[in-house]
Order: sequence, then C-alpha cells, then structure tokens
Amino acid sequence: MAAAKARRAPNRLRSNLVRPLGRSTLAAARRVGAVGVFGARATIAALSPPWFPGQIRRQFVAIGFFSLPVVGLTAIFTGAALALNIFTGGGRFNAEQVMPQIVALGITRELGPVLAALMLAGRVSAAIAAEIGAMRATEQIDAMHTLSTDPFSYLVGPRLLAGVLMLPLLTLVADTIGVAGGWLAATRVLDFSSAAYIRNTIDVLQGWDIVSGLIKAAVFGYIVALMGCYHGYTAKGGARGVGRATTRAVVSSAILIFASDYLLTTVFTQAS
Amino acid sequence: MTQTRPKFAWKGVIKRFEGRAVLDGLNLSVAQGRSLVIIGGSGQGKSVAIKTALGLLRPDAGQIELDGHSLVDLSQGQRRQLFSRVGVLFQGAALFDSLTVWENVAFRLINADGVPRKAAKDRAIEALDQVRLGPDVAHRFPSELSGGMQKRAGLARAVVGQPEILFFDEPTTGLDPITAMAINQLISDQVRRLGSTAISITHDLVSAQMIGDEIAMLHEGRIRWRGLARDLGQAEDPVVRRYADAARLGPVDLRSREIV
Ligand SMILES: Nc1ncnc2c1ncn2[C@@H]1O[C@H](COP(=O)(O)OP(=O)(O)OP(=O)(O)O)[C@@H](O)[C@H]1O
Ligand SMILES: [Mg+2]
Repeated sequence: MAAAKARRAPNRLRSNLVRPLGRSTLAAARRVGAVGVFGARATIAALSPPWFPGQIRRQFVAIGFFSLPVVGLTAIFTGAALALNIFTGGGRFNAEQVMPQIVALGITRELGPVLAALMLAGRVSAAIAAEIGAMRATEQIDAMHTLSTDPFSYLVGPRLLAGVLMLPLLTLVADTIGVAGGWLAATRVLDFSSAAYIRNTIDVLQGWDIVSGLIKAAVFGYIVALMGCYHGYTAKGGARGVGRATTRAVVSSAILIFASDYLLTTVFTQAS
Repeated sequence: MTQTRPKFAWKGVIKRFEGRAVLDGLNLSVAQGRSLVIIGGSGQGKSVAIKTALGLLRPDAGQIELDGHSLVDLSQGQRRQLFSRVGVLFQGAALFDSLTVWENVAFRLINADGVPRKAAKDRAIEALDQVRLGPDVAHRFPSELSGGMQKRAGLARAVVGQPEILFFDEPTTGLDPITAMAINQLISDQVRRLGSTAISITHDLVSAQMIGDEIAMLHEGRIRWRGLARDLGQAEDPVVRRYADAARLGPVDLRSREIV
C-alpha cells in the first residue's frame, strides 16, 4: 500500500506542476484565438455595409474630440519635462545644444503616439468596455439581434473606425503640443533662443519621423478600440463582470500598445 | 383528425447550464394565428425557452422550427433576416439606454428597414400611444422612465412593425391594473385582428386567460400541462392546481419542496 503510494508520488508531482501549466497555456491560446476571430469579424463589419453614419459620427466625437484635453495636457508636460531632462543630462557630455532635436525626435517617433494611446486606453477603452458590457448585461445586445441589426456593424465597427482614424489625429496634436512644451521650457526656464529652437526642430525633422508615429498611432487606435469592444462584448455576470471587463480592457490595451510599439519600431528602424 | 403544421415549435429541446438541465426535452408548439401563454414557477426556464427560440441561447439538443424550417443551424446573418418577422419583449425590457424612447421603438424601422426617420418617428409615436405612453415620453431616455413605462416602451418596440410572430416575456408584470388591461387588450388585438401568432410568458392568470387561446405550464424543464385557456380551472394535475389555487389558498411554506 505505502510502497504503491510512494511510487505514484513523483508522477503526481509532475502532473500537479504540468497540468495547470498546460491548462493555462491552452486557455491563453484559446483567448488569443477568440480575440483574433473577434478582431476579424469586427474589421469586416467596420469596412463593409451596413454603415451607421450617426453612430460613426458619435464615436468620432466621443473618441477624438473629447480626448483632446487629456492628450494635450499629457503632451505639454511631457514635452517640457523631456526638454529639461535632456538639457541637464546632455550637459554631462556637452550635448545640451542638440536638446531641441532630441525632443522633436523623441516626441514624434515615440512619446507622442504612445502617450496619446495610453491616455486613450485609460479613457476610451474603459468607456467602451463599460458601455458594451452593460449592454450585454441588460440584454440590449440580444435585443439588437432581434431587431435585425448586427451589433458588430452598429456598435463595434464605428468604434474601431473612430479608434483607427482619430488616434493619428490626436497624435498629431500631441506632437505639436509636446514640441511646444519643450520650446516653452527651453525659452522660459533655460536660456534658449526661440528662433534657434524652432529652426533646430524644423531642420532635424523628416517626414518619416512624423508619419511613422502616425502609423503607430493607427495601430494603437485599433488596439484600444478592439480591446474595449472585445472585453465589453464578452462580459459575463452583471455589474461585477462589467467592472472586470473594464479593467481587462485597459490592462490588455496598455500591454499590447507597448508590445506592438516595440515591434513596429523594430520594423521601422530596419526599413529606414 | 388533420394536424396543421405549427407556426412555431420547440422539439425535444434540451438546454443545460453547468450540467443542470433547465430545459429537459421541451416539446411545445403553436399554430398560426393562435396565442399561447406559458406559465410556470419562477426559475423554471420560461425565459430560457424564449431565448433558445430566438437563437440567443443555443440548445444542447433538439430542434426549433418556424414554419417547419429548423432555426438551430442558421447563421447569425440568416437569423437576423428572419427576425424581421419577429417581435420580442424582453423580461427586463432591454431598451437601448443611449437612445430616446421613440428611437428605441423605431430602431428596426430606421436601422434595418431603411424607413426615413420622420416616417419612422410617426409610427413609433403611434405605437407608443397604443401602450398608453404619450408623445412627451417619446423624447425621454429609458433611464428617465419607471419600470412599468420601460416595459410598455419595450412592448411598443415589439409590435411596431406588426410582426408575424410575437414573444412577450411578462408583458404586464409591474403594471397597474388599468394599464395591464390595456396591454392585455393590445396583445389580443395583435392576434385576433392582425393575425399574428403570439407566445407570452406571464405569472398573472387573469392576463393569461385574457390573452391566451391556450396555456402551457412549464415545470422542471418540460410541459407539465397544456390545454385551452378556459380549461385551466378544471385541470386535475396537482402541480397545475396548486399554481392556479395559490392565490386562493393564501400563505404557503416557502421552504417546502412542493412549491412550484
Ligand atoms: N445565462 C445563464 N447562465 C446560467 N444559468 C442560467 C442562465 N440563464 C438562466 N439560467 C438558469 O436557468 C433557470 C431558468 O431561468 P429562467 O430565467 O428561464 O427562469 P424563468 O422561468 O423565466 O423565471 P422567472 O419567472 O423568475 O422569470 C434558472 O435557474 C437560472 O438560474
Ligand atoms: Mg423569466
């Protein structure tokens, strides 16, 4: 009896370690598959009729226009802080004079799109997940089906379009305000000449610096809207489920933004 | 005896949640132009029966048939198309809270049928009038209505396109007796005057007798009793009798397993 038990023990140990690992790997794979299918359906719905212009307009305003203040504020403070940091840091190896160039490149290629996207992840992804999750919980999504309307066309598509098209615009705003923040710090706190700062910025920037940032922004916008829609649409279990969906939407958006930022940057820097 | 093909039927439908069979071989059908009322205790699966009928829940086994055609294996797109002939009132009304009441009622007309907004609005206001909601309510949002008003707006949304087949999940729950009577009248009108087929769930036996041609009692996932509405009082089945007599018998021990 005891011997048999002892012989089984290592076996049990292995299965105790392996089984949960296998199970969570499978669950993760299933989740990725489900998000992929959802994303494909959502993209098709966004790009094919029926379109709901009223809904699209509404989402453009909600996602684009009402995000301007947070994005603008984030950009101006970050631009200013970046300028001060690079100036002091650059001073250690006599590079303080190239500070405007570094600020301009850092903001257009990296910080503008990423910060705008993170603000959108917090603001928009959460709002989408909460709204669609509540609609799921109160059977509004079921009702929409019975009213011969596809929730993917009516709810998901417009949000996806708004994310993909509005985040690049917001990024353009963030770029401009971010550089302006750097300029403010440089001319008010440090003793930079305004004309020199602006000339340096314009001289260093190439079209691709800005465009690559905008391409990133479009991808981030897709991620933010998709994560909000996916977690809201699949929410289960009433108000608690909606809360969980909101958290997941924000966290998964943020992680995917950073991961895809690195991937895109790799591609872009190798290409140029 | 000639058997006409039913307008709508559940055939041996089984639906389990976490292994527990809520519908356990449900067989039920309704003929064209008839009104069927489903009664049964709370949690016996009445709402689940309607949701499987609509394809919102997928049955684990069995068939759902409309005009003799199976609905179970339709794609979502095909089902949505079919829904143009169906009107549904959900138990919780399920109004879209980002839209005004009239936009809710006109939702299908505007978004699926391509009716111009102005015309759709006129029809919505007319439908709201039928459920005794005035034009002032039309421009409010669902969150600004009472529960009973939401229910009535949901009812207006279900009947506005004069669908062939109607599903009502507790249409008169939470309404005052006068409004409840008006709603009962509206539902029997839909069936008797416009020829729709109706399947309703209710806990209100007066209402059941008024709107139903036939009554079916759902108990433990199956139809326990089925008959003409006027025969409910004469039913001999003990479960049906207890249900029908509950009001007359007064208080009962809620912990007893006997209660349906
Ligand atoms: N989505 C779901 N997941 C798990 N269980 C569910 C789900 N929907 C319903 N159930 C269970 O199925 C059973 C039947 O529910 P249903 O809503 O059909 O009851 P009902 O007959 O409509 O009751 P009531 O008269 O109170 O509305 C209940 O026990 C409920 O807990
Ligand atoms: Mg119910």
